[in-house]
Amino acid sequence: MLYREVGQFKTSYAQDMAIFPIRQDRIALWLTLAIAFIVVPLLDIFQIWPFKGEYLIRAILIPFLILALAAIGLNILTGYCGQLSLGSGAFMAIGAYSAYKFVTGVSIMALHIPPLPVFISIILGGFMAAFVGILFGIPSLRIKGLYLAVATLAAQFFFDWLFIRVKWFTNYTSSGSVAAPDPLIFFGYPVTRPVEKYLVCLIVVTAFALLAKNLVRGNIGRQWQATRDQDIAAELMGIRPLYAKLSAFAVSSFFMGVAGALWAFVYLGAWEPLAFNIDRSFQILFMVIIGGLGSILGSFLGAAFILVLPILLDQVPHALGIPITVETVSLLVFLIVGALICWLLIVEPHGFARLWGTAKEKLRLWPYPY
Amino acid sequence: MVALGQFLEVLLSGLLAGVLYSLVALGFVLIFKASGVFNFAQGAMVLLAGLALVRSLDLMVAKGLPFWAAVIIGLLFAAAIMAAMAFLVERFVLGPLANQDGLTLFMATIGVTFMIEGGAQMLFGSNVYPLRLYPDDAWFMFENIFEGGILLNKLDVWGGVIAGVLVAGLALFFQWTKTGRALRAVADDHTAAQSVGISLNWIWFVVWLVAGLVALVAATVWGTKLGVQFSITFLALKALPVLIIGGFTSVPGAIVGGLIAGAGEKLAEAYLGPIIGGGIEYWFAYVLALIVLLARPQGLFGERIIERI
Amino acid sequence: MKKLTLALAAFAIGATGMVGPAIAQQNEQFVPALVYRTGPYAPNGIPFADGVADYWTLINERDGGINGVKLVMEECETGYATDKGVECYERLKGKGPTGAAYFSPLSTGITFALTEKVPGDKIPLLTMGYGRSESRNGAVFPWNFVAVGSYWTAADVAIQHIAKELGGMDKLKDKKISLVYHDSPYGKEPIPALEARAAKNGFTFKAIPVTHPGVEQKSQWLAIRQDRPDYVLLWGWGVMNSTSIKEAAAVGYPRDKMIGVWWSGAEPDVTPAGDQSTGYKALMLQHGAGKFKVHEDLDKNVVSKGKSVAKDTYAQVLYNRGLINSMIGVEAIRTAQKKYGNKPLTGEQIRWGFENLNLTEARIKELGFEGMLQPMRFSCEDHQGADVARVQQWDGKAWKTISDYYKADLSILDPMVKEQSAKYATEKKITPRDCSKES
Repeated sequence: MLYREVGQFKTSYAQDMAIFPIRQDRIALWLTLAIAFIVVPLLDIFQIWPFKGEYLIRAILIPFLILALAAIGLNILTGYCGQLSLGSGAFMAIGAYSAYKFVTGVSIMALHIPPLPVFISIILGGFMAAFVGILFGIPSLRIKGLYLAVATLAAQFFFDWLFIRVKWFTNYTSSGSVAAPDPLIFFGYPVTRPVEKYLVCLIVVTAFALLAKNLVRGNIGRQWQATRDQDIAAELMGIRPLYAKLSAFAVSSFFMGVAGALWAFVYLGAWEPLAFNIDRSFQILFMVIIGGLGSILGSFLGAAFILVLPILLDQVPHALGIPITVETVSLLVFLIVGALICWLLIVEPHGFARLWGTAKEKLRLWPYPY
Repeated sequence: MVALGQFLEVLLSGLLAGVLYSLVALGFVLIFKASGVFNFAQGAMVLLAGLALVRSLDLMVAKGLPFWAAVIIGLLFAAAIMAAMAFLVERFVLGPLANQDGLTLFMATIGVTFMIEGGAQMLFGSNVYPLRLYPDDAWFMFENIFEGGILLNKLDVWGGVIAGVLVAGLALFFQWTKTGRALRAVADDHTAAQSVGISLNWIWFVVWLVAGLVALVAATVWGTKLGVQFSITFLALKALPVLIIGGFTSVPGAIVGGLIAGAGEKLAEAYLGPIIGGGIEYWFAYVLALIVLLARPQGLFGERIIERI
Repeated sequence: MKKLTLALAAFAIGATGMVGPAIAQQNEQFVPALVYRTGPYAPNGIPFADGVADYWTLINERDGGINGVKLVMEECETGYATDKGVECYERLKGKGPTGAAYFSPLSTGITFALTEKVPGDKIPLLTMGYGRSESRNGAVFPWNFVAVGSYWTAADVAIQHIAKELGGMDKLKDKKISLVYHDSPYGKEPIPALEARAAKNGFTFKAIPVTHPGVEQKSQWLAIRQDRPDYVLLWGWGVMNSTSIKEAAAVGYPRDKMIGVWWSGAEPDVTPAGDQSTGYKALMLQHGAGKFKVHEDLDKNVVSKGKSVAKDTYAQVLYNRGLINSMIGVEAIRTAQKKYGNKPLTGEQIRWGFENLNLTEARIKELGFEGMLQPMRFSCEDHQGADVARVQQWDGKAWKTISDYYKADLSILDPMVKEQSAKYATEKKITPRDCSKES
């Protein structure tokens, strides 16, 4: 009799270090990417249901991708490095306003920067957010947990105020609301149609997700996770908390800054600080917790749940022709989303990502999981 | 002399405004102390209590009941609603989530927030409902010393008195009643309390009920100040810096935190605001809290954080 | 748990499916409404949304639609949030046989965001009494209609009323006027107009911001108590208005020296403050509260049939404003039908209707709005149509009109409109239309 264990086993270091070690996982990933990059644009070009019109792309897929990117950013900080933050909205705002300044040209005293291309501005917006993130990360060396969360609110409210009070940030417009350049030109190519905007977001988000995935499984990611699990122990093992925590703040803010710039430029078009207020910070935190702390995939799942579910629920009664007022519907949506959050936490306190994790364990031993 | 009068005026009204925040912060402290849950729903609970009170009150006044009778019945009705809420939250959300980590519980209370906000407005309406329980005109003191006197809003003074009574009442409750002692035992050590026969479920119900009643008291004051409406839920955000300064686990800390945050933000707005552009009090309270935290990471009155590996 | 995920997925797919295919109707004009009936600004959002919906119902019930074209309405809840407003806009813009007729978001933030989107979708944006003041210039903003009045009009009229109370424009000199404003683009809009007036008439102007949502204003009002301005202008929305009035009462600032913008002058703004509001003044977007001839039609055709969505908001200030908002929209569609025929029209055709809308005195009377509105006429250059406003005062129970119509001083405002819209045009690389060539 020849016995052979079922499932997939790693027989080389290369396999052990693969980014997606399970075959089904790899297949699922490639399938998702294929759908996102090829099928969706094709469906849109030929206007096949459900992509008839622009609604699905403009109002659901684009905000979903951008907020997922912000959620990845927060997940790096909260999920991987264990530093709770309620300032995501502020870092998104910094990204958005810095990108706006770069794209319209900056001149501070003797320093004159000519208007920069859109893409470079967005990335620079991310760097500005990263810089501020480091500043606001310094208290994390002393303050922990919920106390730190509330301290990050200081950043949130401060930047809400700063961007409305200091006229320089808004190029002295009379109302303090600013508008993104139109059309957005990426590498000499004007991006106007919704599907093009979608592809831009998709490429950015995919690239950043891949970057995040590799960061968190590399040296720095392990340092973050050690700090999260027990910061004193990590310090005793030779991990410098200063470096680990501040780098997490920097990387996370960079992601959120880029997300904020995209949110302002691609989704909203014109914005005021209210678009990045405390509600946005909470929304992104919900995504991270519901999706699963410490999981890149979870950020996407959480973003889908928190952003898309209320929108869909909102449309159900109308689509079914149930005659109830929008007031009742929107209150019902509140009730149902709240109940679903509680229920989900009771069944799976660690979010969607843990569900997938359990599934992966089984997939590894497929077809005979126990 | 005028400058001194102005300073005193801003300081006093800041202190009293801070006490009003403390009313909301107290609810956070109670629940955090007893169950380690950071209850994000406290603001929504104030809204629920206020709506239940004002709507039943209006209904009974319209039916011809005298005002004082309507107020008593309204308060009882709102208290009953808060009890029902406490029961449901304990039974269906916190009970099943026992022993989860803090972040999960925090998220669950956000779920509860959504449910309360949706449910309360569905039951009682989403308009603005005026409430008049306390006088809200002003006193002018020391008019002979300072020109124009020092202004004191009666409603704020009432708020201060009520907060004082509330804290004294809570202290008595914790000190002298069996349930109160059980609460303190649970706050010290869940497992030990359970092993001497204290039912955690019962305690959690009680603590949510007490927090609900504190929310009701806050709702009477803030409802008179703003009218009962959805914006009341934003108070939770004004209560957070109060909470940090005082520490999450201290009832007197909530009051002291309120005084510091209130006075600090009002003085900043009055004296720093004109220099750097107004509207700074929202973030200034948080910056103040941040400074306190850098000196004492557990807040002024919080329990010392001891870390073990 | 897998079942759950599957169920959710199936549900999600099902739900999008239901949204997808809209049944094509022939003779129907789709009219969307972005509303907020929940959330912090609901007390002000509800009456407006009620008025908007009731007037459309009236058109359908009384006239069987506009020249036989039925109005099909759909509301979408924005909660005053910009991103939700954009989602609602995307959801509703393509519905009906010809797409959305026009949008009225009733939020400055959503207006700014949609201003960037409507040119691409070719849908007019009717922002009656709010939004970008410079969008009056139709050559640069072809799709925005800041009908009836902009914030700059409001600011100018408020100053004129103060001058009248003081007894002449020259009396403004060396007076102190403070503006308590919602710290957002909405609240900041009037500042340039007030600064221009301050420079011209020689009064001291001071702007005092209040952080959203405005539940805490003690320091602002203590500052006013010390500063003792002669007049306070109030530019608030929602809970901020009633809180301002209360704090004013607390610091003993006379309420009859306060003048609110027309968004601070409705019933939800004064009732929470009870008696303390007595004497408080506010601008009127021409109209006030109360019943007029159009309400008789509403009583007969909508209310008595149980088809009104309004409960206690009927004939309130913001309800009436909703009626007017819908009336202007309906009349624009009617005007456009004269050129393009009595059939469902596209947004582009309706824009022509807006630009050629002429509400004469006779027409306003015919529509039942006599006493609520003055004649107004839109054109390619002028997307505002009117520059007049009145002032009303709360007497403890109701709003009473206390002034005649004032006409905003265009010699101050027109250059500002030109300058700001030109700035927008250069920033966005727009070549302004040549209005003389428009038909």
